[in-house]
Amino acid sequence: MKFLVCISQTPDTTAKISFSADGKEFNAAGVQFIMNPYDEWYALVRACELREALGGSVVALNVGPASNETTIRKALAIGADEAVRINAEPKSAAFVAKQIAEYARNEQFDAIFFGKETIDYNGSEVGAMVAEILDLPYISYASKLDLNGNAATFERDIEGGVEVLEADLPFVVSASKGMAEQRIPNMRGIMTARTKPLKVVEPVPFEEQVETVKFSLPPAKAGVKLVDPENMDELVRLLHEDAKVI
Amino acid sequence: MVLVFAESPRGHLKKAAFEAVTYGKKVADLLGTSCTALTLGTVDQAAELGRYGASKVLNVADASFDQFDSQRFAAAIADVAKNNGAKVVIVSHTSTGKSIAGRLAVRLDAGLVSGVSGLPEVSGGQLTVKKTVFSGKAIAEYRITSPVSVLSLMGNAIKPDASGQSVAAENISTNAGSGRIRVKDVRTQEGRVPLPEAEIVVSAGRGMKDPSNWGIVEDLAETLGATTACSRPVADSDWRPHHEHVGQTGIAIRPNLYIAIGISGAIQHLAGVNNSKVIVVINKDPEAPFFKAADYGVVGDLFEVVPRLNEAFKKFKASN
Ligand SMILES: Cc1cc2nc3c(=O)[nH]c(=O)nc-3n(C[C@H](O)[C@H](O)[C@H](O)COP(=O)(O)OP(=O)(O)OC[C@H]3O[C@@H](n4cnc5c(N)ncnc54)[C@H](O)[C@@H]3O)c2cc1C
Repeated sequence: MKFLVCISQTPDTTAKISFSADGKEFNAAGVQFIMNPYDEWYALVRACELREALGGSVVALNVGPASNETTIRKALAIGADEAVRINAEPKSAAFVAKQIAEYARNEQFDAIFFGKETIDYNGSEVGAMVAEILDLPYISYASKLDLNGNAATFERDIEGGVEVLEADLPFVVSASKGMAEQRIPNMRGIMTARTKPLKVVEPVPFEEQVETVKFSLPPAKAGVKLVDPENMDELVRLLHEDAKVI
Repeated sequence: MVLVFAESPRGHLKKAAFEAVTYGKKVADLLGTSCTALTLGTVDQAAELGRYGASKVLNVADASFDQFDSQRFAAAIADVAKNNGAKVVIVSHTSTGKSIAGRLAVRLDAGLVSGVSGLPEVSGGQLTVKKTVFSGKAIAEYRITSPVSVLSLMGNAIKPDASGQSVAAENISTNAGSGRIRVKDVRTQEGRVPLPEAEIVVSAGRGMKDPSNWGIVEDLAETLGATTACSRPVADSDWRPHHEHVGQTGIAIRPNLYIAIGISGAIQHLAGVNNSKVIVVINKDPEAPFFKAADYGVVGDLFEVVPRLNEAFKKFKASN
């Protein structure tokens, strides 16, 4: 089995978000970056578990500049066998999808893994785009994945429930909570990660169809209005008359 | 023309479908064109979509679409979009819509913005739209420069407007190829509005101390017709089912009213709920970070405050 896991680098969950004065760019100064949690905890770990059970290899792929290599080495420390970095700024979901698909096209992967979304741009777009470019089935928000021979079974999160389904290999999957448990890399993993292959590939040309006009911060809340805990009628009145939500 | 894909899981049009058609009609007005709604598979009352603003309702009455497969759905929608010269294609930002939006963008060679939360600005036929990014911590504005645009609409971003006339659905066929996914089973909780669609959410955290204490939360939810949610540690320790977990690692919601009970308001929790229109926080610790993100706060013991609030709501409902 040959698995591809696409990993993204995102600001840490607790990072303070700010932008350049013209609002055009994210201000990365002082921001700690991490591997996107869904990619790391669920997609990568499940791919490694399946490789451990069935044999084969796990390739971790990141579209990003050389400064992302710390994150890529972490994926190797967690258990990926080799890594690929496509040497470009990940400008948009469509750009990233194009790069991944062109790389994967001739590599005969049995499955391509994504996290369900990134915690920065929250698009949930790349997996579906890659699946379409490569004409593959796409199973999104999978909280469970098992392989048996040439078929895979999944559970996927839908509004208010789960869907149980089956697809043949190869496929594209996006992982949500439940697919695996987070793994902390051990010392041996961290040591061997240093010598595992990390190949750098140049990007293919791409024409953007979406421009960023600007980023801004949401308007600050007016501040909390405290209500006397003895007087819940007053809270109900406020929700009805002022907030108009009941 | 603006084409809206209206979801009808298990034969019923979703609230998200009414929102998407209402939104599609408004986008069509801005572009000086009309709005067409499309349903796939078996569907009750597709004609209703006319009331939300569709001047034409198309249905592919092929039962193979009763099972969701993003590949076939995207192929069918793209086929209809092309045959009708759609300039904008709109889907809901749901588990279904999110799985097809990216595919549609590729098929239609279109720019995609997913999870849009408001109406676009139109200039020179191009759309500029806003969405929240960084898990609710910022807003991004994007301009789509391709001739065709694909948008996915966030839940609860627009109020469905049923002031129009129903329109008889027209049966059409599409070429969607054969599927490679076999749906074996769909398990849903009956009776409650699913969290992403809920207008009122009552959510509780570790301050509840023990799963056996949830009765007061459920009573309050019952009174309000609300859906229940919880913080991550509560789901992780199996006090509550996993599908109730909201936040960064759970699901992100934007109800009209979010009532947080015994939840501290950690940044990862807020990431999933900070787009709620109104937030009420009940916590005994006046320093709890959640108060900074709240509209209304009650500093007090939840075991006293929640039953009192429930009584107050009941009294209000009885007199309104
Ligand atoms: C990467 C990452 C992702 C995460 N993702 C999520 C996520 O998706 N969702 C999420 O919720 N968390 C998430 N967390 C965890 C998050 O950081 C917090 O730990 C968690 O939200 C705390 O849950 P809580 O508020 O229920 O519990 P606590 O932080 O323990 O807060 C309990 C609150 O109850 C109050 N309380 C206690 N007793 C009473 C009483 N009698 N009356 C009134 N108030 C009372 C206390 O004052 C306190 O504020 C994540 C953490 C990490 C590191």
